[in-house]
Parts: sequence; C-alpha cells; structure tokens
Amino acid sequence: MTAGKWDVVIGLEVHAQLTTRTKMFCGCPTTFGAPPNTQTCPVCQGMPGTLPVVNRRAIEYGVRTALAFDCRVNHACRFARKHYYYPDMPKNFQISQYEEPLAEEGWLEIDRPDGHARRIGIQRLHLEEDVGKLVHEGTLETAQASLVDFNRAGVPLMETVSKPEIRSPEEAAAYLRAFRAVLVYLGVCDGNMEEGSLRCDANVSLKPAGAARLGTKVEIKNMNSFRNVQRALEFEVKRQTEALDRGERIVQETRLWDADRGYTRSMRSKEFAHDYRYFPEPDLVPLKLDAAWIDEIRRVLPELPRARRQRFVAAYGLPAYDAALLTQSRALAEYYEAAVRDFPQPKLVSNWVMSELLRELPGDDERAIEQATVTPSRLAGLLRLIDDGTISGKIAKTVFETMVRTGEEAAAIVRREGLTQVADAGALAAMVASAIAGNPKAVEDYRKGKTAAAKAFVGQVMKASGGKANPAMVSKLVEAELEKLTKT
Amino acid sequence: MISRDDVAHVARLARLALTDAELERMREQLNAILAHIDALRAVDTTGVEPTSHAVPQFNVMRDDEPRPCFPPEDMLANAPDRAGDFFRVPRIIEE
Repeated sequence: MTAGKWDVVIGLEVHAQLTTRTKMFCGCPTTFGAPPNTQTCPVCQGMPGTLPVVNRRAIEYGVRTALAFDCRVNHACRFARKHYYYPDMPKNFQISQYEEPLAEEGWLEIDRPDGHARRIGIQRLHLEEDVGKLVHEGTLETAQASLVDFNRAGVPLMETVSKPEIRSPEEAAAYLRAFRAVLVYLGVCDGNMEEGSLRCDANVSLKPAGAARLGTKVEIKNMNSFRNVQRALEFEVKRQTEALDRGERIVQETRLWDADRGYTRSMRSKEFAHDYRYFPEPDLVPLKLDAAWIDEIRRVLPELPRARRQRFVAAYGLPAYDAALLTQSRALAEYYEAAVRDFPQPKLVSNWVMSELLRELPGDDERAIEQATVTPSRLAGLLRLIDDGTISGKIAKTVFETMVRTGEEAAAIVRREGLTQVADAGALAAMVASAIAGNPKAVEDYRKGKTAAAKAFVGQVMKASGGKANPAMVSKLVEAELEKLTKT
Repeated sequence: MISRDDVAHVARLARLALTDAELERMREQLNAILAHIDALRAVDTTGVEPTSHAVPQFNVMRDDEPRPCFPPEDMLANAPDRAGDFFRVPRIIEE
C-alpha cells in the first residue's frame, strides 16, 4: 500500500499458546479458566532451588509449526533468560530464546485483496513461557492494587516474527488469518483470540515510496482480534502519514491500541528501555534436535489449508470461493468432507454448508463446528430426502432449522410434522384444477399470451399445499391444464 | 570499568534501592568480579566453541503428563498481601 508518497512497511509478532496438556517447564496443567492460583507449583512460581524441565511436546509442536512454514529448524538451540520486572512474572525473568532460536527463515503465503497470493517471509520462531494474569481492583484509573493469578505463568508460548514485508493493514489481517488457520490445522494452538490463545503485536513504519531504507518503526500492542489488528494499523498508518506530511519525525516507541476509542496512544517508554540482559539459561541444558525426530514430525504433518483448498477445487470441482470458505478451519473442512462421503454431490453439500450451517455457526470456530447438532451424516440424510423427492428444497430449509434446535434426524422431523412432498399426480391435479377454476381472469391473461400467468398458478398450488407439493410436477400439470383450456 | 551510573542503572532495573554507600560498595565488588573475568580472558581459547553450559548434556526433556499442583494455600503462604486466592500487589503506575 502506498499512502500517498509513502510506502507502508509492517512486521507482525504473533504469540501463540500451545495446546500442550502441561506447562513449558513443569507438570502443572494448562486448563483455561481454572480458579486463581490453583494451577501453580514452586517451579512456575520461580521459587529458589527449583529446576525447570523442557516439555518435549512443546518442542515437537514448535518443530511441526516451523516445518509447516518451511523454516530451517536449528538442530542446536537453547533457552535464554530475558530480564524485566513486572508483577505478572514471578521470577523477574522470562525463559525465552534469543540466540539460537528453534527455527528461522520460513514463509507464509497470503491472499491479497486483489486475489493474488504473496509470500511473507518469517524471520524466526522460538519458544518461551507465558506470564501470569493481572486483574485490577476497581477501574484502571482508581485501582489501588492489582491481583495476580499465576495459572497462566509458564504456559508454552510460541513466538513467530515475520519479516517486515507486509505492505498494508489488509495484508496484515490476511497474514494473521492464514497464520491462525495453519496453527489450527496443525493442532498446536486453538487459535482463540478472545481467550488470548493468539496475540499479535505489530511494527509499523513508513518510508518514501520506492526507498530502500526503512523508516523509524513504532510498535503497536493490545490488538485482540483480527478486526482490531486491521483497525489499529489503519489508524497508525494514517497517523504516521499525517506526521510525515507535516514534516515531523516519527519517534520510536510502543503504542497501545484502544479499541473503544479507536486510536493508538503512546506508552510511557521510560520503564521500557529494552535492556533485557539476555543470557543463556543456566538451568536448562541446550537441545540438539535429532534429525530422525524432525523427519518423523515432517512425515506426519497434516494437509495444510492451502493444499486442502486446492484439493477441494480439483477433487470436488468446487469454485475457488467455496473451497476457500470451506477450508477456513480444519473442523469445517472435515465436516464438509464427511458430509460429501455420505452424500456425494459436492456442490449441493457445499451450498448447504455455506448457506445453512454457516448461518448458525461461525466457520472458524473449531469447537462449535465439531459440536454442531446437525452432524455431517444428518446433513447428508436431509439432502437425501431432497434428492429422492420426499421433500422440496424449500421445506428442507425449515427442517434444517428444526434439526439445529432439536438435534433430530431429518426423516424423523419430516414424518412427525407431515412434511412429505405431495407427489401423487391425482391429488396434485385436483389442486391444480381448483386453482385454475378459481381464477378465470388469469386464465384469460394466459390465453392472450401472458405466459407468466402460469407461474401464478404454480405459486397458488404450492401455497395451498403448505409448500409440500412437488414443484416440478405442479409446473407440468399447470402447463398441461392451461394448454387444454387454450385449445378449447 | 563499571561506573556508579552503571550500578545505579542495573539497580533500578532490578528494583533495588541502594544508598550511596551501597552503590559505591557494589561498584567496587562488580569491578573486582570483572577483573577476575579478565584473568580468564588471558587463556587462549582459539578454536574452542563458546560454551554456555559446563556439563556435556543435551535434550533433557519430560513427557507432557500433568502432575499435581500445589494448593493455593501453600503457594500463597509467603505472600505479603492477598485478596482471596489472588496475590495482591501495589497498583501498577504504568499503563
């Protein structure tokens, strides 16, 4: 994006909580929402004399992600202490990685607003531990004290830093969406931004259009949804553009996004002098990752969103739009494939999933899709009833809504509510005859060549049957009947 | 050489309030430690990989199996202040 005479340069840092059962360096569980300080121990509270031990699965998840982003996995990596003082961090240092991170130099492909794909470089990926949670007593302005819950302290976090290659707020949102989809497909993170499982900070700078040297960057924090990331970056680009246009200089600083007020504001930076005094964590010996283990992790990598999308187009003949929508989450893609296995008409299934299922559930909510009351086999059951003429497509939509509410099979609802389509030629003929007899004016119109009048009769019969008449049959009967009348 | 300002800076990062006398004593001690590092520097380390850990051990890892936590009562036993099962800390000035 070019904001007038300026090029926008954005880099994103994403912190993802890994879905391990236990913390990064101790055996405390990671369950979200437990009562305060019930999931801690002397290790994650940093008591003197305790020793951390690395969670093997966290390393595996990090490697899995690194491979999915085509990163170079560093066979030798180690942890480091990052020192800063804040009450949500019991040890007054965070175990993180600095030199020799887990992986470096990968990429993620994003879809740009113009429909073209673009690769965004990934600089590094490393593991660290999360900090505790602070709750302020009263409002932020009047609070006299803060309350600390250390349940989250020590939960494995994976930090992934993009290269400064994102060129607009829209691209940043696209990057985050693609990033989240990959993590969720890999099963390493639940991707829930509201619960803080996925957090994003951004570095934003502007440079004269076409210039090689980057401008002074500003770090934006506190953006807790896809929408807020885009809004915050749009605001920041505008702010910097206006400042530069006025001939001002950009100050390197950290700014907080205020979603309610819709602007970014400067954090007092005095205490944030980045003086972390990193040094190798003496309590954790270095890792030398076994090549065979890495190969094994690579071998069992699941199909990733982009590949699955391409396969949906190739294997099911779906339009690109459908394929993109259906593969936005692993759960939704799996839902679709299960339904198609049961009812092999890919486009029809796609239409029903996109219009009816996604009206009820957000497509990127794994849990909601997995727990949908209308399971794939139930949806297939419903579609079979349309296919064999038992119910009309219109009635099927009503049946679907009932299925969502009651969790029943389509057939049971159709039977109970007597929704079976009337396909008895005799019964339909009688209804057609009565409709035609009741509206001589329309018959006259039809005679004069207004063939549209036939549609009105079809509509009448459908209405009279409570939507249960077979529309194709009604249409044929009406035409035949009118044909007869006009010939006499 | 470590100056008094260096000591004051590090003390502030660690939230330590030092008196002038303490600052001076720390400055002297830290410089003595650095002088010892200089002695180590005299060793010829050509061709030796930088060493971060003295023990030749790698890949110490554990399985992702939950273990019992400590009761909040124990974990809060030494807390200077608490509110329910939360630690209570002075308000954080910085936003």
